[in-house]
Amino acid sequence: MSAADLALESPAAPAARESMLRLFAAQFLASKLAVLGLILMILFLVLAIFAPWIAPQNPFNVGSLNIMDSKLPPGSLSSGGAMTYWLGTDGQARDVFSAILYGLRTSLIVGLVSVSAAFVIGATAGLISAYFGGRTEALLMRIVDIQLSFPAILVALVLLAVLGKGVDKVIIALAAVQWAYFARAARGAAIVERNKEYVQAARCMSLSWQRILWRHIFPNCIPPLMVIATIDLAHAIALEATLSFLGVGVPVTQPSLGMLISNGYEFMMSGSYWIAFFPGIALALVVVAINLVGDHLRDILNPRNEI
Amino acid sequence: MSALVFAALYLVGDPVSMLASPEATEAERALIRQSLGLDLPLWRQYLIFLNKALIHLDFGNSFLTGEPAMRLILQRMPATLELATAAMSLALLIGVPLGIYAGLKPDNFGARSVMTGSVLGFSLPNFWVGLMLIMVFAVFLHWLPAGGRGPLQSFGPIQLSIFSWDGWRSLMLPVATIAFAKCALIIRVTRAATRECLPLDYIKFARARGLSEARVLGVHLLKNIMIPIVTIAGLEFGQVFAFAVVTESVFSWPGIGKLLIDSIITLDRPVVVAYLMLTVVFLSALNLAVDIIYTILDPRVRASA
Repeated sequence: MSAADLALESPAAPAARESMLRLFAAQFLASKLAVLGLILMILFLVLAIFAPWIAPQNPFNVGSLNIMDSKLPPGSLSSGGAMTYWLGTDGQARDVFSAILYGLRTSLIVGLVSVSAAFVIGATAGLISAYFGGRTEALLMRIVDIQLSFPAILVALVLLAVLGKGVDKVIIALAAVQWAYFARAARGAAIVERNKEYVQAARCMSLSWQRILWRHIFPNCIPPLMVIATIDLAHAIALEATLSFLGVGVPVTQPSLGMLISNGYEFMMSGSYWIAFFPGIALALVVVAINLVGDHLRDILNPRNEI
Repeated sequence: MSALVFAALYLVGDPVSMLASPEATEAERALIRQSLGLDLPLWRQYLIFLNKALIHLDFGNSFLTGEPAMRLILQRMPATLELATAAMSLALLIGVPLGIYAGLKPDNFGARSVMTGSVLGFSLPNFWVGLMLIMVFAVFLHWLPAGGRGPLQSFGPIQLSIFSWDGWRSLMLPVATIAFAKCALIIRVTRAATRECLPLDYIKFARARGLSEARVLGVHLLKNIMIPIVTIAGLEFGQVFAFAVVTESVFSWPGIGKLLIDSIITLDRPVVVAYLMLTVVFLSALNLAVDIIYTILDPRVRASA
């Protein structure tokens, strides 16, 4: 009987997997807002990757800037008449639209790299503590608890005060404040998986613990981690913008969206709203788009979690 | 904990370079270093700090102004307390009714708009919301001031701005900024709690007894969903109070959050250490208070304890 079952099951397995994926896609497409978020996300990604080719001006090539064009309102013609500043120019005569495209690049790079780093570190710590338990687990989870009891913004602020300015340093600080979320989620998922039969079977075959952890347990922990990763990406981008706004984030030579807003802040009081406003809109759209996707993913992937 | 903060801050640059004028000679620098006790090894500094902090509650003087760090913080505390209290009250006033509504009719268009709006609330960065509010209400409409606390009334050593119209006006934008974010969270918690409680028997029974919907929701339901709401509101109040760094910076609100970031940037260690110690004590006290409120709200907790 069991042999017949196995024979029946093995050809059916790939089909089941495919329909799972299809089911997931159908569930995802059911929310129009989430689809809108996904489209926006992809659009911003494309804009950021191809920024040098799309932007009408290289905002960091000082030679191409004409100081006569500074603080022009949206829609103005450049003094040579060669181009239109659709979103106006800032105090250094940079085209705001081009600056946003380049700023988007910095923001997305910081977000993606820091979240990937946090994912790897956090998932490793979480899986190891769930698999081995005992002292390893107690120690790692104590660190996670301590870290999560401080607000992320404060830890990042102090870390950056120690490390100094720079894109790489912001990435380190953001990864350092975010790995704990991944560690906690990975441990939670892995503890459930740890005692399931397939893991016991793998143990009986005396596979190495690395293999069991990464090839057997880890793939089953991916869904909750994906939810955390999406929400954390939005969180990381917003956090980086806040840090840059407070003056401890990225350097002036590589402005992110937050830095552009911070630069425009001083002009806002005198009525030149567009210098801070349009980067602000871009930032809000990115963050909200990612969160819409993340929110819906959470609804699909952890139906227990209602909040 | 205090050792951790102390050591971390010790690594952060040299405060003397912030204090001495750029032309100061090496001898003058050494004198400053000596007068602040910075020439001693780290462990001696830490022991001196512990001795003073534990026995005399003296966290040292600010490097910058020379005033006791604790006094600097306590002076600024009312401003932050005022901001945090007003913001949390507003968030609860708006969040709880909206959350109940969204929980009662989850598939309704209005309820779904509320939930989408709450995504905006927790995803938009705080400083961004503050900036937009300043832009609309201060720069374009000139209705409200963009920063500061307005005129203050003194009540002994405490100064508050909440009792005058101008004070209200300066309070409005920062309060709205914080409340916007906290509201989103409260809506989500209230909605989840409402959906959990609605199918329970006692609600059905209350309806079967023919009680008015207002009484079922306002008394029977509200009593039960208060428990998660109090938890979240308590924790969030602590967060707002202790770490209103960003909002206070945007609105140049002279509270302790602004003091903290200024002190981190100027490397004024005694103030940062005193601030963090005070925050830890405050957050623990708040947790205790939330636990006590539990026992008042929930007879089940009392019975088991």
